[in-house]
Parts: sequence; C-alpha cells; structure tokens
Amino acid sequence: MSWLLNSSIGRKFIMALSGCALVLFLIFHMCMNLVSFISMDGYIMICEFLGTNWYAVAATVALVGLILIHILYALFLTLQNRRARGGDKYGSSNLTDVAWSSKNMFVLGLVVLAFLLLHLYDFWFKMMFAELFAGKIHALHSIVVLPAEVGGHMNMLFGNPIKVVLYLIGIAALWFHLSHGVWSMFQSSGFNGRTWLPRLKVIGTIVATLICLGFAIVPIIFYLRSLGLGIL
Amino acid sequence: MEKTINISLKVWRQRGPKEKGAFETYSLEKISTDTSFLEMLDILNEKLINEGKEPIVFDHDCREGICGMCSLYINGHPHGPDEDVTTCQLHMRKFKDGETITIEPWRSAGFPVIRDLMVDRTAFDKIMQAGGYTSINVGGAQDANAIPISKEDADEAMDSASCIGCGACVAACKNGSAMLFVSAKVSQLALLPQGRIEAAKRAKAMVAQMDELGFGNCTNTGACEVECPKNVSISNIARLNREFLKAKFKD
Repeated sequence: MSWLLNSSIGRKFIMALSGCALVLFLIFHMCMNLVSFISMDGYIMICEFLGTNWYAVAATVALVGLILIHILYALFLTLQNRRARGGDKYGSSNLTDVAWSSKNMFVLGLVVLAFLLLHLYDFWFKMMFAELFAGKIHALHSIVVLPAEVGGHMNMLFGNPIKVVLYLIGIAALWFHLSHGVWSMFQSSGFNGRTWLPRLKVIGTIVATLICLGFAIVPIIFYLRSLGLGIL
Repeated sequence: MEKTINISLKVWRQRGPKEKGAFETYSLEKISTDTSFLEMLDILNEKLINEGKEPIVFDHDCREGICGMCSLYINGHPHGPDEDVTTCQLHMRKFKDGETITIEPWRSAGFPVIRDLMVDRTAFDKIMQAGGYTSINVGGAQDANAIPISKEDADEAMDSASCIGCGACVAACKNGSAMLFVSAKVSQLALLPQGRIEAAKRAKAMVAQMDELGFGNCTNTGACEVECPKNVSISNIARLNREFLKAKFKD
C-alpha cells in the first residue's frame, strides 16, 4: 500500500478520506450542539455520555489521529506543490478566475486549526481533560467543568462578545474550507463526472452552509440570552 | 478601416536554463489590431534584428491552434486574455492602445526555460511514452464498425482527445500540476474498448511518470480547465483518479 504515500493521487485520496471522516464528525458535532439551546437537560445527558467514558476517550484519540493525518498530508502536499511551481515566480499576477477558497485551502486550514485549539481549550480541556486528570493534577480542580455545569459554562463563555466574534471568524473560515473541500473529496476519490461535477459543487456548498449555520447559531443564541432577551 | 495601437511590452529575457532572467521593456508603434499576437512578436523581432540586438526566442509552429507548440503567459493568463484560443489565435484587437503587455514563459519545475520564452516540454513526451498509447500488432486494421461504441462515449473520448498538449494547464496551476493533460490522455483511451485493455496499466504508468518528473499534486482549483485553449474538462481528472485508484486497489 506504499502507493498511498508515494503517488500524488494516493496522497490526495488520503486527504479526501480523512476530510470525509472529519466532515461526518462535524455533522455529528453540529447536531449535538443544537440540543444545547433546545433542552439543556438533554445536552447535559449528551455531555455525560461523551464525557470520560472509555469509548469517548478512544473516539477522541482516533479523531486527533485523523486531524493529524489531514494536517501532515496538507503540509507535505503544499510543500511539494510549491516546489513544483519552480524557481522563478510569475511577474504578472495570476488572473485565472477560480474560487478563492480553492486557492487558499492551506491558509484557511490554519485559521480553522487556530480556532480548533481555542475551542479545545474552552471545552475539551476544561471538561474531558480536567475531569480525567483532576485526581492527579491538583491545579485542574479549579477549572474543571462537570457535565452538569455545562450550561453555566456556556453562558459565561458566550456572554463575552469577543469570544463570540472569534468563534464566528473560525466558523466562517470553516465554511470557506468546506465549500471547496466537500465537493473536492468526491473529485479526488474519482466519484465524479461531467453530470455530477456541478451538482456536487452545489451539494458541497449546501452541506458547508448547513454545518456552519448549525455551529454559528449556538454562540449567537447564548450571547443574546446573556443580554437578557426573554424570548430565547 | 484598419485600426492601429501603440503598445509597450514587458518581455522575459533569459539566455539559458541556468542563467538568471529578467524583464525587458520594448515599445511598438502602429501595430494593426488585425495582427495576430505572434505576428506582433515577429514585427518586434525584425525591429530588434535591424537594431543589431538578439531577437526574442519563442515557440510556435502551425499558427492555427492545433499543434500545441505556442505557449506564453500573457498578462496573467496562459495563452492570453482571450478565451478558448491558443496564443497564435490571439489577436491584437484584444489589447488597448497604450497598454503594457507582460509576456512570460510557462513557469513550472516540470518545464525548465530553454531560452527567453521557450520552455522544455519534453516532460509531456515522457509521460506519453510511459503509456499514452495502445499496443497493437502490425497487420490489417480491423473494420471500425466491428466494435460498437456508444455516441456518448465516442463524443467524450473525442473531447478528451482535443488536448493538444500545450502545457497551459501546468502554467495556470498554482501547484504546477499536469493532471489535466495526463487525465485527458488517459481518458481518450479509457473511454474506448480498444483502450480499455491496457487502461489500468496505462493510468499507473503515466501517473508514476508524472510524479517522477516533479509535477505538483492536484488541489481541484480548476484553473487548468479555465485556461485550457481546448476546453478540456476537469471531469477527466476525476476519471483519472478513478482509473488509478481502481487499478491500485486491484493489485
């Protein structure tokens, strides 16, 4: 199976597969998030279910592996592509009309990664990590957020407008990344053709928009609630 | 009535593959808008020769858009600002009076500059030699009608076969990827029963050769498809991916 590493199409196939798995995770994550403003009791149940159980920890490790593969391959491919461009750069700027996101997937990926680290600190570190290691590391006692306290934690977090804006920037970068990534994974794995090319582009944009709307609505609603608007 | 324009040209001059190149500016006056782009360069070269200077080296051959020899990256577009034409089919009516036109060679690690605007595209020949053919024993050709081919497949194979191998796809791609070229050459045969027999071997061999020659990886920006003078579609790239992955998984 060395061709997966050694051939350009093999490497792109790995990017497509890991990307596809991450998109499925995003859909799952987004659906869970929606529960948080529909029913806090339900959301606490989900947090307990995906808390410090062995299967949740195992899934987290698998997810980190997936993200690492996606990032390492992206780095490798980008470096190779820069080398393939050659020594002298074009003097005139490239005016070919292509989707902006398609040319900036690596930079968009970096923005998404920065957002991911912030988000992991806000939730994963204070919830799963702190709960797992609170017994061993004393300093974690003060920051640990138990599943039952998740509502208060979110109110506190998204009551801060700066945090909400940071989250929305991250989600916007994710939209651009997905708007190219979703149809692109079908193209890279060969499940595409003349008829499906335009269709998949539309489907990709719809999927990206649904995922990002689902993510964006949570911090916005929690922020509006913190302003004391009774209807929400 | 004939219209003429005055233009200034920023042309890439490079004496050899290993030497450092730089832009040089030339001005041309009273160029008829009916002149083709390459004729305009001929006029400039004649002027340079009369002044005792080195003429600009550029590739050209048939000058009717079918040989794939002409190149040139003009004002940020391979084959210039016009759509679906090669440089030799581009005319000066596409440019404004007083405009500065930047002319560069294809730039990619796979296409080293030979001199000025001429690049070495032997890499494409090497990819073709790796498998872009069907092996047929000598002897009388079989009757064409003995092998039925659907109209759709025949049309699509013909569209793929319209690739003239000029290299604009590589020049346009931010990754210097040759996937549009290779995919067109794989598709034109993979779609037909005669080419099916060696399809798996062909896809593997041509992709291996492409990677070895230092072309980049496809990131599906679609710039190649936009700049292709023959409108070759990136659906060919999906087919190449499919053929390659299928062949590798079968092994």
